[in-house]
Amino acid sequence: MLQMVSRSATTAESRAAGGAAVSIHNLCKRYNNFEAVVPTSVEIASGDFFAIIGPSGSGKSTLLGMIAGYIDPTAGRIVVDGRDIVPEPIYRRNIGMVFQNYALFPHLSVAQNVAYPLKIRGVAKHEIARRVRESLAMVRLEAFASRMPSELSGGQQQRVALARASIYQPSILLMDEPLGALDKNLRDEMQEEIKRFQQELGATVIYVTHDQQEAAFLADRIAIMRDGAMTQIGSPRSLYEQPKSRFVAEFLGEASIFPVKTASGKLTDQTCRITLEDGTETVIRTGEDGGPGRFACIRPERITIGPKARGLANAYTGVVRESLYTPGSIRYRVELKDAGCLLKVRALPQHNTEVFETGSSVDIGWSVDDMTILAE
Amino acid sequence: MKHRSFLLYLPVALLLTPFFLAPMAVIGTESFSGQHGVGAEYVKVVTDQGIRTVLYNTFYVAAMVTILSLLIGYPIAYVLARLKGRWATIGIFLIFLPFWASTVIRSFAWMILLGRKGPVNSILLGIGLIEDPIRFIDNGLGLMIAMTYIMVPFIVVPILNGLRAIDPNLPRAAAVLGANPWRQFLAVTLPLSMPNIAVGCTIVFVTSLGFFVTPSLLGGDLTVVSMLISEQANRLLDWPLASALAIIVLLLTIVIFALLRLSQLASRRRDKARSGVFA
Repeated sequence: MLQMVSRSATTAESRAAGGAAVSIHNLCKRYNNFEAVVPTSVEIASGDFFAIIGPSGSGKSTLLGMIAGYIDPTAGRIVVDGRDIVPEPIYRRNIGMVFQNYALFPHLSVAQNVAYPLKIRGVAKHEIARRVRESLAMVRLEAFASRMPSELSGGQQQRVALARASIYQPSILLMDEPLGALDKNLRDEMQEEIKRFQQELGATVIYVTHDQQEAAFLADRIAIMRDGAMTQIGSPRSLYEQPKSRFVAEFLGEASIFPVKTASGKLTDQTCRITLEDGTETVIRTGEDGGPGRFACIRPERITIGPKARGLANAYTGVVRESLYTPGSIRYRVELKDAGCLLKVRALPQHNTEVFETGSSVDIGWSVDDMTILAE
Repeated sequence: MKHRSFLLYLPVALLLTPFFLAPMAVIGTESFSGQHGVGAEYVKVVTDQGIRTVLYNTFYVAAMVTILSLLIGYPIAYVLARLKGRWATIGIFLIFLPFWASTVIRSFAWMILLGRKGPVNSILLGIGLIEDPIRFIDNGLGLMIAMTYIMVPFIVVPILNGLRAIDPNLPRAAAVLGANPWRQFLAVTLPLSMPNIAVGCTIVFVTSLGFFVTPSLLGGDLTVVSMLISEQANRLLDWPLASALAIIVLLLTIVIFALLRLSQLASRRRDKARSGVFA
């Protein structure tokens, strides 16, 4: 934050204005007969951290390429701060981008890499030197200014790429799996770095990843892509707790999902009974129709295991088929008696928590609010 | 460790000793065994005006051919690097197609094409671009055209390899950062292909120094050193002078490349010092 204070007034003002608002209208990309991105519309607010996740081939990188400008959309508009950027060539869009492999210029030093966008914009030499210093300070690489990219670690190269992508105050910052090449510990560290960086700049970030935990940690909103379409957009919490489809429920976190056979009807104003495919009956909160063709979904931490389960609205007995202690949680797979459905269960170990062995009989259950119905 | 890594040079040494160093040693010895005393041949090479002109012609033609090959070869390599799949294969095939005919035949072909009454002059006269036929053969112009034509594939291949090795994200990154296509080329593509340009130019330059058939056919009055060496060795049987000429050409080539290498190192050091401004 000290760096923020030391910045010149003009810089501080433009930072305070934050990133641009982006609205995408019916943007699509078709290759011959293959629709890489179906007509997609989405609004991204100024200063939003917007993550796009999905399996490879789901169209997320194509979408990013169209915003950056190196992939021509088949149709649609990308409006940044009220201006459609689709007709503009890539080099006039004033967009920042961090590439998966960083794409640092190998023949230029760290300082020259970071200075490059300013040099192109004809910024005065002393001004360039000052801003490069500030920018490198922001990513804590002042001491590495004269190094070559090949002399830096992956995480340091990543930070140079961040500095280079943001030094010219682009309207939006795009990131294409920027942490894909780093190992686990470094990734966690860099996630925090990126979050801090984005908040300091107030930048609008569009972030593509296939790592759902990364997206949940970083993003204000997440879009889940599948077969070229955004199947669901929402906050990390809403996506996890109210997934609309089996795909979203399984893509984001763990879940036990069962086809619904019949809806037996209302019990009270607020609850109804449904029957799962294997015959298990369970009571859920009404609101969504749990008819055939739909799926019942329950998250592993919502299931109670042990004696406490007896008092719940849905109480069963089951057999532990798998029991695994992992740091921070105990994972089970429990088969319900006389039914056969296998539930994934995650319990938080307290000092007196009983660990159930494989083969033992347990009480298991959940309340009416724990199971959600998926439309598809 | 040290004596083991030395073993890695062994295959190269085994190849170079019988096929390069030993013959050069024989030629070196031969060059000092003239009848006019030790070193007399070298004095003659350096002082004889005729020989000096031949040496100058040789290096001048080689340098011009290198520059022309680079100017023509780089755009060809650039286009080939952008072709994909089947088109890339066809492109490479076309580049190597001329090799199916020997240099002798291709040089004769150029002799006919560039002759006073050849097709090139006929066409230029026909469309009224010139009033008198251009003299290609006597003055080295035709020679440089033919040699450039022969050498272009040798510079295209290393540059093509260099361009293909450039991460496509780099020019893309330059574009996102605000560089138009021409600046992308200057900032990324050109500097990153520089080592391959150096390799291509070296191959063309060194090969051009040794051309014999093409200058014999198309050189006209212009004599290059390979023709002089051949004349001394085969017709005048002055082996010591021929050997001294060969050694001088070798030494001059080594000096030129040493200077190039030194200037490269110096500019790299300068770059590094300049980037320190921001530190």
